[in-house]
Amino acid sequence: MGSLIPAAVSRRALLRQAGASAVLAGSGLSLTSPSWAQSAAAELTPGVPSGIASYATMATLPGKKPLIRLSDRGPNYEAPLEYFRTPITPNDEFFVRYHLSYIPEVDAKTYKIEVGGQGANGHAEITFDALKKMPAYEIVAVNQCSGNRRGLSQPHVAGVEWGYGAMGCARWKGARLKDVLAMVGLKSDAIEIAFNGADGPVIDKTPDFIKSLPVWKAVDESTLIAYEMNGAPLPHFNGFPARLIVPGWTGTYWMKHLISVTALTKPQGGFWMNPAYRIPIGKFPVVARFVSQENATSTPITEMVVNSLITSHRDGAKVKAGKVTVSGLAWDGGYGIRAVEVSTDDGKSWTDAKLEQDLGRYAFRPWSFDLNAKRGKIAVMANAINNIGQTQTATLIFNPAGYHNNVMQRLTLNVS
Amino acid sequence: MRMFVIALLATVAVAPAVAQSQLQQIKLKSGPGVEAVERNCGTCHSLAYIPMNSPFLNQAGWNGEVTKMIKAMGAPISDDDAKAIVSYLTKNYGS
Repeated sequence: MGSLIPAAVSRRALLRQAGASAVLAGSGLSLTSPSWAQSAAAELTPGVPSGIASYATMATLPGKKPLIRLSDRGPNYEAPLEYFRTPITPNDEFFVRYHLSYIPEVDAKTYKIEVGGQGANGHAEITFDALKKMPAYEIVAVNQCSGNRRGLSQPHVAGVEWGYGAMGCARWKGARLKDVLAMVGLKSDAIEIAFNGADGPVIDKTPDFIKSLPVWKAVDESTLIAYEMNGAPLPHFNGFPARLIVPGWTGTYWMKHLISVTALTKPQGGFWMNPAYRIPIGKFPVVARFVSQENATSTPITEMVVNSLITSHRDGAKVKAGKVTVSGLAWDGGYGIRAVEVSTDDGKSWTDAKLEQDLGRYAFRPWSFDLNAKRGKIAVMANAINNIGQTQTATLIFNPAGYHNNVMQRLTLNVS
Repeated sequence: MRMFVIALLATVAVAPAVAQSQLQQIKLKSGPGVEAVERNCGTCHSLAYIPMNSPFLNQAGWNGEVTKMIKAMGAPISDDDAKAIVSYLTKNYGS
């Protein structure tokens, strides 16, 4: 069987190249306009590794607007800053993130979710139609990649080098996971619920992307299997036909193209649970714990840390003297945003910004701040505070995977 | 055989979705070992990960990444190729 590997690979590579040639010959470069292609470097977050600018372009996936293309196998496309000026991120502006490169187009007519496992009393298959007939719930929630802002880590760490844009916020509609689990019934010794999606690795030996949640989070009323995003079917690249929604927790748990829900009586193993997606014990002020996966030195990443992003201006933006409105977004792990404060004197004094539309405690919270700009340079900083009193950090809490970067931004406005 | 089927499926399934957009063309720096990089690394993932993760990894860092691909991700890379890959990446995309 070993001899088949190179044959398969070369055949596959051949097909890929043939496909690429055909595409380029057929449609040329017309779908990626030269202006967008050239502007990708300008869209990159200041501070990401310099190598990105050598190749990254804006690119348009089917059904999407141009996104910053960090890689196409697996597809990793980041949203530019312009897409974060509303608390709801439109589906065609939503970032795309996959570990593995085999991503089938799933047919909703034959799609089903297998529900069962050692920790369940029974087994069920849920079709797409059956899922949609279950009691439906809606929630606005931020989906942020665990590694968002990894590219800003100092020192840099290896991985997908995201700037600010590996996140989005949508109104998700679906069935409660707890209702799905109730169809089979959980045994008293069930400790985790595991999830798999239809996507997978290119070669057999690569671990499939399988994730689990502690039972308490799986049966939270906000945890959904969603089939609608902002009132429309999920885009293919955001998990069509249905994906897991785990409000407050980072994107690694939000399994796309969900095909199995498995109740476990032992902790889920595998690369994607450990060593991947781990944070050092005790370094971050997170409340939500995943105890069955903890060890002496590390624990799974869980809820998002409180954070904000200035979206109205880039560092170095030119503005006119007088009233300037700085605005942005704030979010956290689901406690809700209590305040966003802004400083224009390098953190010596802070003034509350105005909080705008409240779409719920799991949503992006827009905010704005009017300042009186005098000619010269103004340094603007923002700091979000959540309802349990957590704040952003002044300096990076370094960790090897580059997670949880919620360092307060500091950007300079040039006033003339 | 399963490998072969999966490989074909991957191509057939992904190609239509991406066909409408321009596929990413990554031109790595020329130098000894570049062929081993393209042949091995390019099998499972975009070569974009290389310039993306540059230029901050030293030899130990790149060796760690290649080792992770072999041990954790199951990449079938020969010892000779692995050495050539680490050497190439350190020289051309290292710190």
